[in-house]
Amino acid sequence: MNNLLLQVIDNPAVCVDFTPGQWDVLIPQARNSLLLATLYRLLEQRDLLDKIPLPPRNHLFSGVVTHDRQMLSLDYEVKWLLRAVQQLEVPLVLLKGGAYLQAQLPAAGGRLISDIDLLVPEPQINAVEAAFNAAGWLGGHTDSYDERYYREWMHEIPPLSHIERGSTLDVHHTIIPPTANPNTDASKLIAAARELRPGLMVLAPMDMVIHSATHLFHEGDFNHGFRDVLDLDRLLRHFAETESGFWDELVPRAIELDLLKSLFYGLRYSQKIFGTPVPPQVLAASYEGVPTKALVPLMDFLFMRVLAPNHFSCARRFDGVARFCLYVRSHYLRMPMGLLVLHLGRKAWKRRFTKAVDVEDPEYAEDGDRD
Amino acid sequence: MVLLKDLNPDEFQHRLKHQGLRIRCGPYVYNLQSAEQKIIDGLSLLYADFEVILEETFADFHIAMRPSGWSQQLRGVVEFYWDGRCPMNIIEVRHSYAFLEWGMNWCVSIGSDEYLKLHAAVLEKNNKALIMPGLPGAGKSTLCAALTLSGWRLLSDEHALVPLHTGTVVPLCRPVSLKNESIDIIREFDSSAVLSQVAEETHKGRVAHMKADLAPNSHDATPVPTALMIFPQYEAGAEFSLRRKLKTEAFMFAGLHSFNYKLLGETGFDTMTQLMRSVDCFDLRYSSLEEALAAVNHLEAEVFKE
Repeated sequence: MNNLLLQVIDNPAVCVDFTPGQWDVLIPQARNSLLLATLYRLLEQRDLLDKIPLPPRNHLFSGVVTHDRQMLSLDYEVKWLLRAVQQLEVPLVLLKGGAYLQAQLPAAGGRLISDIDLLVPEPQINAVEAAFNAAGWLGGHTDSYDERYYREWMHEIPPLSHIERGSTLDVHHTIIPPTANPNTDASKLIAAARELRPGLMVLAPMDMVIHSATHLFHEGDFNHGFRDVLDLDRLLRHFAETESGFWDELVPRAIELDLLKSLFYGLRYSQKIFGTPVPPQVLAASYEGVPTKALVPLMDFLFMRVLAPNHFSCARRFDGVARFCLYVRSHYLRMPMGLLVLHLGRKAWKRRFTKAVDVEDPEYAEDGDRD
Repeated sequence: MVLLKDLNPDEFQHRLKHQGLRIRCGPYVYNLQSAEQKIIDGLSLLYADFEVILEETFADFHIAMRPSGWSQQLRGVVEFYWDGRCPMNIIEVRHSYAFLEWGMNWCVSIGSDEYLKLHAAVLEKNNKALIMPGLPGAGKSTLCAALTLSGWRLLSDEHALVPLHTGTVVPLCRPVSLKNESIDIIREFDSSAVLSQVAEETHKGRVAHMKADLAPNSHDATPVPTALMIFPQYEAGAEFSLRRKLKTEAFMFAGLHSFNYKLLGETGFDTMTQLMRSVDCFDLRYSSLEEALAAVNHLEAEVFKE
């Protein structure tokens, strides 16, 4: 078992006895999983920081510096966001990392974010976009094809970036592409959302869990898959304790949103990896959401590979194959076959014939965004 | 303590190609892995006097430079791997050593927030540190190389690492990077300077690195108290001028050109304040390297004796 990161998350005290060689593996695992700050917080809560060697502790500390700064920046950005839409009387629903941080959930302990994800009611998305534009968040870096890809087929508008502060917004009108199979009514999510403070909301606990699972198992991005499952584990453990009737209502809610399959995978791998105490009847009920049950062992084979920390110490045979298969899967889940062929063809064409021009300059990596 | 030059060449190359060669640089340990001849040559020339660690240890940064597969091999390009991921564009083999050096800087630039990091060259004399922040093109590397060759101890040509809430700097001595005309200026300045092969036509032009651990205590990582901050500005044909700079102005400039001043928030402000309290600040405009050297040595004699 080389997944030291998992061992430490499971029982932080084990790292007190780690050899330098084990730290040599743990820190890169945590860095690649975006969990340096999370480890720092875990060890801090248990008063273990002083018991670990200084060199690796410094790396954990660096992670937490970024995390603390992000929390501060998020507070600040949220103020401006609310001010930008003040006249519109539109609720802004924070999604994912931003929501965990603002709602101060246990999943926020050390959680890094790369941009601010928002959900707004579809009828008002143009007005919201105009308001954000007026407040300095502008689109850019998209050509006409990307523009059309987002506007017609995706569940979000092209990313907006602030001209002065550089903060990035992903503004969604629903949580799953309209071209995808599940028929999810985003207005139900907004109706159930909970208010953190005037104008600012987060998804209701069950919806937050279902969205976290959907995001992971419907999108093809598993670069931080391990962290994403940890989010899910922490949300589940927390809400199981704080929300009455949480487990009883979770599956019916996923059925209502047509996202039971994603919930099943979410529960399954959260339990398999982090030992989340999911009641057996809930897991069994969510299993009904999987149309082709014979494929589950294959999915286990694929997912257990891509959900390990992205580091060679956790590498197994066929990792690359698994990553590729799931990349293809994410695309056919996202759009119908005809559209998919056109889209991938177009992407390949662009990659082949458009010259990459941005030479990354390693010498002047400025501070800030590291996610 | 084993130095790189003490390793037999076979073991050096074997480690570099396979499990990685672990080199101590100031407070950090780098694990470097590559089979590229340019990198073997560069390291054996410029890191000969660095400590290598043979036993099991914690490495702060794991860097590998190799082609990702046969296609890159055929095209003569390599990837820069950091913890197994590729954060940069592909690199031509002929630039691989220059990029390794940049990459080693980059790792510190984006992490290492246990320090306030200024973008600056740092040197030491009589256990007092001189910090020279500078914009690219300000000539800080050239001046820094010349000082290193004239009896100053190089602490870093890229990062002033200031431990939080102190007014000291931690040495991270590595080769000095020289670009374009600087290469010939330094060769002329001191023909005994040890330079790597020149990497031609990089995105920054011609680049060479200079062996810079010339002092007996070059690899001592003990923090050094700071005393002097000079903002050099090379300008062809410019008249020499040296004037005291307001600390407030120096604070703003250093903050703007810090890698993580903003990121550190209040801690950054507090650390920068402490640093500024311990240094005298000067603006130096020059067109002749000799004049600049004389000015720095003069300031050292004046300021450091106080």
